[in-house]
Amino acid sequence: MSNPPTPTAIHVRGLEKSFKELHVLRGVDLEVARGSIFALLGSNGAGKTTLVRILSTLLKADAGTAKVNGFDVAAQAAGVRGSISLTGQFAAVDGILSGRENLVLVARLWHLKNPGAVADDLLRRFSLTEAASRRAATYSGGMRRRLDIAMSLVADPPVVFLDEPTAGLDPQARIEVWQAVRTLAQGGTTVLLTTQYLEEAEQLADRIAILHQGRVIVDGTLEELRRLLPPAKVEYVEKQPSLEDVFLAVVGN
Amino acid sequence: MATHVLSDTAVLTGRTLRHVTRSLDTIITTAITPIAMMLMFVYVFGGAVDTGPVPYVNYMLPGILLITIASGIAYTAMRLMTDMQGGIFERFQSMPIARSSVLWAHVLTSVAANVISLVLVVGVAFLIGFRPDAGVTGWLGAAGLLVLFTLALTWIAVIPGLTAKTVDGASAFSYPLIFLPVISSAFVPTATMPGPVRAFAENQPVTSVIDTLRNLLTGQPAGPGLWTALAWCAGILAVAYVLATVVYRRKVA
Ligand SMILES: Nc1ncnc2c1ncn2[C@@H]1O[C@H](COP(=O)(O)OP(=O)(O)OP(=O)(O)O)[C@@H](O)[C@H]1O
Ligand SMILES: [Mg+2]
Repeated sequence: MSNPPTPTAIHVRGLEKSFKELHVLRGVDLEVARGSIFALLGSNGAGKTTLVRILSTLLKADAGTAKVNGFDVAAQAAGVRGSISLTGQFAAVDGILSGRENLVLVARLWHLKNPGAVADDLLRRFSLTEAASRRAATYSGGMRRRLDIAMSLVADPPVVFLDEPTAGLDPQARIEVWQAVRTLAQGGTTVLLTTQYLEEAEQLADRIAILHQGRVIVDGTLEELRRLLPPAKVEYVEKQPSLEDVFLAVVGN
Repeated sequence: MATHVLSDTAVLTGRTLRHVTRSLDTIITTAITPIAMMLMFVYVFGGAVDTGPVPYVNYMLPGILLITIASGIAYTAMRLMTDMQGGIFERFQSMPIARSSVLWAHVLTSVAANVISLVLVVGVAFLIGFRPDAGVTGWLGAAGLLVLFTLALTWIAVIPGLTAKTVDGASAFSYPLIFLPVISSAFVPTATMPGPVRAFAENQPVTSVIDTLRNLLTGQPAGPGLWTALAWCAGILAVAYVLATVVYRRKVA
């Protein structure tokens, strides 16, 4: 799939989505630059997963436009699918297949030349070599999550969506995933991730957006977000407000 | 993308076939009930049924084979439902693969699994004295009709497989199909039945299939029922396929 020369990898304008009476997205605008890591924050039920599902063509929006890698998600779904990989919020692995078979399956579906080698490499990168031949159903939650992320990195597409990639992972595994995400971005891949761990956004993201009541209410670099709050004053050493402070302040808590 | 439909379907069929071979109990369960029924009919009721010069096991095997298929497709629905509920289905939907491949993989696997069950049942029938007079064309004709019947019932099974929320819901639809052969010419000649029952038995789809199978396996011409049987199978197949496709389109937005 050739990359149309657009400066932004993800471009969202006025996106709306309702489930019956529930207006989840009420005009979301978003812009993600190529090769950057973009973190989307929001409380439970804010609509992060809904937005990711629309961007990955699993769900149709009610209004507005969204382009991924230059392809319109509604009109050019096949182009979008060839440009992305998705790690959904809940592990999408085949429990009856082994870890290695899961990776080989995805590699075959992407028509890669050497599915076995691709699988072995990813198993190594995600510390799953030992468990490679075991059925994925016997994996721990964290192992399954790592396999899930590895499956999304099989094809090396230009845009990667990670919906709460490190939920339920131990600190070591979390650092492995962060490392993988950084490596992706260094290689020019655009990453949009959602997270509940504000530290994750601080650590990884070039830009951070906060989704609240159906809209992106804040969007900027960590520095720009910090400037929204005055530094705490009367302390002996001046303390920067943490992202958590910013988050709680802007969602009105 | 269209050029990959066949290879994608093959890869995905390989996956679902592994699901079958890794839970062989489903095939045994599919075969065991019809085998038990066959033994019961042959050794308990068989003596009381007058089927003329035809040995009773030869007479009733076609009915048993249709019952095998009707119970086998319950697992088709269950496998599909499990896929729909797990995240793996959404992963496939977000990938650049033909969406119909996912369904066709389940359909082809259903046919394969049912063929294995049918072979098991026919094997047991041989052990208890089934001696068909069919030549090669008779066997090929019978096999072809059985596959067509399996395809028709499989596409029916796809509908609850896509829509059911529970395992019970996914398999309940098959119970009436399992009993349909009982009210047909499968086990006793329809001539002994009271008026309305006889009218139903002689005109329901299963009877024409059974009569044709019986003719083919006993080395006789297929008979005029062949066209009725083919028309029923093709008609059910077409309607179920269209309905299943509509439901699938709705599901995958
Ligand atoms: N298919 C659906 N049908 C009805 N309501 C839905 C559907 N999908 C999501 N919702 C509702 O939309 C709202 C947003 O859900 P979404 O999953 O996008 O939130 P989220 O920001 O990802 O939350 P979390 O942090 O808990 O994952 C929720 O109130 C949810 O109940
Ligand atoms: Mg979510």
